[in-house]
Amino acid sequence: MSMAPNPILQPTIPQAAERENYLNKEYGAWSWLLTTDHKRIALLYLLSITFFFFIGGFFALLIRLELLTPAGDLVQADTYNKLFTMHGMVMVFFFLIPSIPAVLGNFLVPLMIGAKDLAFPRINLISWYLYIIGGVMMLHCMLTGGVDTGWTFYAPFSTSFTNTKIVEAGLAIFVAGFSSILTGLNFVVTIHRMRAPGMTWSRLPLFIWAHYATSIIQLLGTPVIAVTIVLVAAERALHLGIFDPKLGGDPLLFQHLFWFYSHPAVYIMILPSMGVITEIIACFSRKRIFGYHFVAFSSIAIAVFGFLVWAHHMFVAGISVYSALVFSFLSYAVALPSAIKVFNWTATLYKGSIHYDAPMLYAFGFLGLFTIGGLTGLFLSALGIDVHVTDTYFVVAHFHYIMVGGAVMGYLGGMHFWWPKISGRLYPEGWARLAALIVFIGFNLTFFPQFVLGYMGMPRRYYDYSHMPEFQVLNVLSTAGATVLGVGYLLPMIYFLWSMRYGKPASDNPWNAAGLEWKTSSPPPTFNFDEEPIVTWEAYNYDELDAPHQEEVQVAK
Amino acid sequence: MQNNANSTTVVHDRHGEAHAAYNPALLHHFAEPQQQRDAASLGMWVFLATEVMFFGGLFCAYLVYRRWYFPDFAAASKSINMWLGATNTAVLICSSLTVVLAVWAAQTARRTLLIGSLALTMLLGLVFLGIKADEYYDKFEEHHVPGASFSFENVPVPGHPGQLANPRHAQIFFSLYFVMTGLHALHMIVGLGIFTWLLTMAWKGRFTPEWHTPVEIGGLYWHFVDIVWIYLFPLLYLIDRHP
Repeated sequence: MSMAPNPILQPTIPQAAERENYLNKEYGAWSWLLTTDHKRIALLYLLSITFFFFIGGFFALLIRLELLTPAGDLVQADTYNKLFTMHGMVMVFFFLIPSIPAVLGNFLVPLMIGAKDLAFPRINLISWYLYIIGGVMMLHCMLTGGVDTGWTFYAPFSTSFTNTKIVEAGLAIFVAGFSSILTGLNFVVTIHRMRAPGMTWSRLPLFIWAHYATSIIQLLGTPVIAVTIVLVAAERALHLGIFDPKLGGDPLLFQHLFWFYSHPAVYIMILPSMGVITEIIACFSRKRIFGYHFVAFSSIAIAVFGFLVWAHHMFVAGISVYSALVFSFLSYAVALPSAIKVFNWTATLYKGSIHYDAPMLYAFGFLGLFTIGGLTGLFLSALGIDVHVTDTYFVVAHFHYIMVGGAVMGYLGGMHFWWPKISGRLYPEGWARLAALIVFIGFNLTFFPQFVLGYMGMPRRYYDYSHMPEFQVLNVLSTAGATVLGVGYLLPMIYFLWSMRYGKPASDNPWNAAGLEWKTSSPPPTFNFDEEPIVTWEAYNYDELDAPHQEEVQVAK
Repeated sequence: MQNNANSTTVVHDRHGEAHAAYNPALLHHFAEPQQQRDAASLGMWVFLATEVMFFGGLFCAYLVYRRWYFPDFAAASKSINMWLGATNTAVLICSSLTVVLAVWAAQTARRTLLIGSLALTMLLGLVFLGIKADEYYDKFEEHHVPGASFSFENVPVPGHPGQLANPRHAQIFFSLYFVMTGLHALHMIVGLGIFTWLLTMAWKGRFTPEWHTPVEIGGLYWHFVDIVWIYLFPLLYLIDRHP
């Protein structure tokens, strides 16, 4: 490779007449709203989750503004409760869970395995409509009063005491949950049954393995929260006593059922992100991923272990000390497959020919932030420290390092990496690098002070900390960081939109990347490949990709 | 090649869209009929796995309370009619047999048997729902429906003379009883919907030995709903039964 500023960005190929692709094949609203093309459905999801991302972000902004001063002066206590609840619900159920699987996964799973579409294209479309129905219910719920229980719906507050719209929010999540189940179902069947000839399991890109593991969690976890919501709704509507201790019920049972889904749900958010990072690191190090099988099976291991750790959210809730010990130990066990991934990514970078393009910057950001988030997760699985920092900003900082620093960094990295394939246009590289830097700085400025705040004892979910004004400096830092972070998130949206019209046309494989999705045109035709691909090479064959390229140059010139 | 692919698209998008569900022809994105069949069947199995987890949460809640409030649950369990439950179990097992007959009839191109077995399955499903409705009516009459008018006073715990069941705990039993059997009945109603569609298709003679995937995966669903009942019956009706 040459040492030009952007060495693997190949010259774009000017095209006389644009060839037919999935974007220009048909026009009009119905060609989108009734499409069964996985690529178009991915774009429908992209628009919808971006919408909800900005709603959730708006709530986050108000929360940070309230905490700028120790006194509760911007909003009232009840409003503040609703703000953090709606922030959590929107971001978890309507942005993070569908983010990578429903957008990048939907777009890329069939392309990467050499299929024409997902196994059940119409079910794929139904899943988007379910998401929209759930989203509209959630919007209606927010506009007519909202919910104030926190996104966790803990009983008996949610079942007996609060007067807010629990049932409606619950049903919105119930419906959106089925959207998630159907996406997972489609992926599992597609990965099992639709692979192109020669695409064996050990030739699959690790993005696919990560999505397979994610789908398992979506399939086995989501129904449990669905039925929990049914019970909460029944309890509220009919005054049953399933979770209310006053009526003989068990509030801890609610927490067990809730976290049985909601802890694995964190892995629904982070596993696809890990898949994206794996693709990016291999491409921009120009190397086969180190320890392919270990990275693949560590995804499965995370999915399996993820189901066995839920009660670490309940260490102070009154579970027995013996089960707390077991869950603490199992939570440590999740660190093993996670560390395997981090070490293998690092080993891939070692002696690689590293290119600092925007996707890679996000991948580097992910590596650092995920490691911090993961290691502080170990603090929280240690019983002693957990008791000390339970319900403080330490916990808030920890899970934002995973869910924003991990999942969203991966999502943005992936959006940049595959944007030329999705839109057929190149994004402006300089702006993208700047945005990646702004996101990284803004993120750390927002959330690192929260670790310190939490360790000093600032409780989460308080709107007024005037009895401890010494916390203000760190809160001001955090709010300032959130502003920077907001700019970092707006930038990509602006230049992605800009590039759709003014960006340079992308070649089929602008990164010279391995993987079937780069062997079709950009943007791909409706059925993905003009001829059914036959796979004869291993995944991440960057040594082969780069070697003949050099030869060609030598012979030609 | 390109033209071929495009013409297939048109058929699928414009015309095939409405008919694709029962179109025996290969859908555009599958390479061969076997692949399409395998995908459909795997899809149903995966869906049933999610259903196991859906009912699994309820079974988990039920078992927790059953252990906590064993005597009260035994007393409440005694008040529901075991014989009606047992009859319903037999009805569902028979319906599973007729489903298997329907699949075999579709495989071997026996149209009359196929239509008969599908109709008989639906009839048995309706009998089940009828008996279930009768049981619900009894519960309503006895004020055993949880809520404001719930009453479970002075009911002795079976096998423990002199000990009375706690009405609040019994109400939890009935709450779970109605949620679990209600969701099961809802699945039966969805099953009847699926079988109505299968019956229409069979009447029109759409199923052939080469293509009868809907009968197979509809049958899988029906068997699953039966199996849920096979677990519900002993758990709800047969706790600590004394002759």
